[in-house]
Parts: sequence; C-alpha cells; structure tokens
Amino acid sequence: MPDPTVVRLAGVDKIFGRGDAPVTTALQSIDLEIARGEFVSLIGPSGCGKSTLLRIIGDLTPPSAGDAIVNGKPAAQARRDRDYGMVFQAPVLMDWRTVEDNVKLPLEVLGWDAGRRSARAGEMLQLMELGDFLHHHPYQLSGGMQQRVAIARALAFEPALLLMDEPFGALDEMTRERMNSEVLRIWERTGTTVVFVTHSIPEAVFLSSRVVVMSARPGRITKVIDIDLPRPRTDLTRESARYFELVTAVREELRRGGGLGTDAGSGSLARTLAEGAVG
Amino acid sequence: MAAFGSGETRPASARARFGIGRRRQVLLLVAFVVVLVLLWEGVKFLGGVPWRALGTGPQGPVIHNPPFRWPLASDLNLPHIWNIVLVLFQPFQRGSDVTVMAHVVDAALYTWREAAIGFVLGAFIGLALATAFVHSRLLERAFVPYVIASQTIPIIALAPMIVFAFGQSVISVVIIATYLTFFPVTIAMIRGLRSFDPRAMELMQSYAASTWQTYVKLRLPASLPYLFTALKIAATASIVGAIVGEGPGGVADGLGRVIITYNQYYITGPEKLWATILITALLGIAFFLLIRGLEVLTLRARPSAASG
Repeated sequence: MPDPTVVRLAGVDKIFGRGDAPVTTALQSIDLEIARGEFVSLIGPSGCGKSTLLRIIGDLTPPSAGDAIVNGKPAAQARRDRDYGMVFQAPVLMDWRTVEDNVKLPLEVLGWDAGRRSARAGEMLQLMELGDFLHHHPYQLSGGMQQRVAIARALAFEPALLLMDEPFGALDEMTRERMNSEVLRIWERTGTTVVFVTHSIPEAVFLSSRVVVMSARPGRITKVIDIDLPRPRTDLTRESARYFELVTAVREELRRGGGLGTDAGSGSLARTLAEGAVG
Repeated sequence: MAAFGSGETRPASARARFGIGRRRQVLLLVAFVVVLVLLWEGVKFLGGVPWRALGTGPQGPVIHNPPFRWPLASDLNLPHIWNIVLVLFQPFQRGSDVTVMAHVVDAALYTWREAAIGFVLGAFIGLALATAFVHSRLLERAFVPYVIASQTIPIIALAPMIVFAFGQSVISVVIIATYLTFFPVTIAMIRGLRSFDPRAMELMQSYAASTWQTYVKLRLPASLPYLFTALKIAATASIVGAIVGEGPGGVADGLGRVIITYNQYYITGPEKLWATILITALLGIAFFLLIRGLEVLTLRARPSAASG
C-alpha cells in the first residue's frame, strides 16, 4: 500500500512582489495533509490565497518557501508525471474542438493511441451524461454543460488528484447544486482525491469530507472542520439539521477570521439575492 | 440526459442568421455596382462628349449633347462603360482572333500563379518568423525592427535590385510577391500566436505538454483568425507585388506587361486599359474570396467566425 497522503504542504509561504514593488504575503506557513480519497474544500474570503494554494499544489506557481509534495514527489515532478487534473472557474474549452475532441486533448498529449482516446472520451462523456453531445462544439452548450466537459477532460486520464478552482462560481444556484451532486457521484465512482476551492459555504459543506477555512492578509489556515455528514449525500442532506450546524460552524469560523462582512459572506449573500432578483 | 433536462443546448440559429447576412451582403454589393455605374454614366451624361444613342428617332440618329464639357468626363479619361465591356470582345491585336478578354484573362492567370507561389512562400516565411519571435524575446527584439524597416523600402526601388540579383525571370517576380506577403503574416502572427487563453496555457502546463504540443494544439489553432486576416491582406498584396515585379522582371506573359502596353496606347484605346484594370480587380477579389472561403471553412466551428 503506497503512502496514503496525496498532498503534503509543509511551511508553505507565498510572497508576491519583487524589488521595489509592494510585497504581499499571499500565504503564510501553510501546513496541510490530504489523504487518498478525501474531498477537501478550501474556503475563505477573496484574497486569502486559496486559489494560489491550489496552484502551488498543481505546480502552476512556485511557493516562496516550504515544500509542496504530491504523491510523495515534489509538485513539479508530480505535474510532469500527470498526477493531477485541473478544472478552472471557466471551462477553458478549445472552441475549435468538438466536445469529444476537447476531452481527448490530454490523452493526445499523453500519447494515447486513437482507439483508446475515443473509447475513453466516450466513456467519460457518458459518465457526465453528455453522451449525446460528442460532436457538438462548446459554444452550442450551456455553461453548466461546458463545465461538465471540463470535468470529463480533467478525469479522462484518471489522475490521482483532481484540483478544482471555483469550478461552479460562474453558474446559477440551481445549476450549481445539480453540479455539486454530479461531482459527488463521480467522486464516489472514481475514488479520486479532490481539492476544491470555493466561495460558497453550503457548497463546501455539502461536498467535503473536510473544509479548510482560510483568512486573508496574510493567507492562513484558521481551522480545518471535519464534515461528518453521512454519504451518499442527496438533496435531503441539504435539509438536515447537522448540515445547518456545519454550515453555521464554517460561517462562524470565517467570521472569526475576518472572512465574513468583508468578502465571502456578503458576496455570496449578494449573489444569492441578485440571482433571486434576476431569476 | 437523465439528470439534466433538455433545453440546455443553445439554439443553433447561427447558420440561419448567417444565411440572411449573406443575402444582404450580395444585395448590397449589387446595389453598390449599380450606383457606381449610374454615377459614372451620370457624370458623362452631364459633362461628357456628345454621343449617338442606340436606335434612331424620326430625324435620323439621336445624338445626346451633354450640357457641360468637363475634361474629367471626356471619353479619354472616362470611357463609356459599354465601350469598356465591348472592348473585351474585340481582338486584342489587329487581325487576331484572340479577344482582349481572353488575352487579359490569360495574363491574369499567369500573374496569379506567380502571386500564389509568392503568397504561399511568404505565408510560410511569415509564420516561421513569427513562431521564432514568440518563442524568443531576444530574437523578437533583435529582428522585428528589421522586418518593419524592410517594408519602408518602396517596392519600385527594391524590384530592380532583386532582378539584378536573381536575373530577369519569374523567380524574381515570385520573390517580390513573397516580400510583400511575409510582412502582414509576420506581424499578425506575432500577435496571433500569443492570443491564446492564458488559462488554456496553464491547462497545457498541467498536462506537462511539450513546447511543440503546445504550439500545435493551442498556439496555432488559437492564432488562425489572425492568420486569415493577414492572408486576406497578403492575397491582394501578392498580386500587386507580382504585377509591379513583372516590369523590371522582364516577364512578358503577365498583367504587368499588358498594363504597360495598354498604357502606351492609352490615347488610341483607353477602354483596353480600363478593361484590364477591371479584370485585375476581379483577380484580386477572386483571390481574396478564395482565402475568405478557406477562412469560413476552417473557422466554421467558432462562434465568431461568421463575421469579418
């Protein structure tokens, strides 16, 4: 049995700005371990560095100090070994490729042969319930469908780790809830470890096995909250008393860290209100 | 589609809208030509030289006598459009059974072949240069100023030098066409090869894709709209280059020689030069439309490709 720790962050700092530019400490002494098969959410106000932390895990930006170890290797090596799949806030689909060809993209880079690529892309899109849209182009799909294509693409080569950076931030609340259930279904099916950055407290609680609460300036981990809601989680989970308790616990922790009243809470409240008004 | 309701796809009405736009475009073009002809003949009607109208009246042939005499509207400066059309069907030389149209179209096709070779060469050179420049800031800083400087030299000055170096032949003409083509492609592609979505670049990074894979799967496809914009400019530029080059290049079979010849005989037959200009313009438009067609075909999957 290999090391059950998929992500190990030790003393990670990230400082932006060099020379005469003003220096911002985006992340300060971050220690975090994520075990195989976990679903961990990073939540915090804007500017708390949660996206930066995700990018450090994915070796898309280097830490200023400390170590990022993924699958027992330095993050850079893990990236070269294609140990993780990435989903951004925007789907980032290539509009000149069909849905199917978008999912095939990483497989082409990995040098899979054509037959295997087609089989896997079809399988993944079937899993995301996009089987009827193989030959559509991205602009013909809704935002939620596009994001599902992005998830299919990220999972196509079966990475050990899935990194998701506010993947549903641009979706309306209804679609977001549906996508949350969808992600859980896939996670339960594939057993992939997920690190999930979000602004939304309900989303973090609904999805996660642990919620990592962060505070801003400098970005620190203030608390890690275990989410002991039973699985499989369904729409009923969202109505359970324990769910509300945990949502409250996360909210209070964010408030203590200065998160609410500035960005995250008011932001999501304003968003909810705005969507209500528009819808 | 079990968990997600239908109606999630957007209606693909782009094609329908595109069709309507196409019809309107054609109508607009026809209207433009009609207005131009009316304006042209209107000026001659008001200030041209008297002419005999078609048909006869009760007192013999009807002569139209314009109220003014504008030098600009003389038959030398502004021949009647019907005479320009008619001259197309006359022999291009006394006693020949080859019409002006056949003669000029032949020359146009010859010139087009030179231009097309120069165009393809220029496009590849431009692409190669831009590729080098976007991968190396050093090369970009060192050589882009020279690329720009190269275009400040008038082609009239440069053409004799090229002919001197490569001899009086089609090769020189092709080189001149190439020279006019590579520049817009280089400049556009420096931009185009950097026009990718930066997040898509991170995606490629997350796959640990090689520079080549990133180039082929991201940079190049993302740059195609820029490439086609440049190619449309280059298509017409290459024809101009070839025509201009044919003079010093000593190429007798192309439009360059036809234009020079009809220029020399302009006093005796201005319609021939006008007819040649007409066919030259049609050649340029045809080349442009060919590239435009390729563009529509290549970019049809992209939502913004219908415009332009």
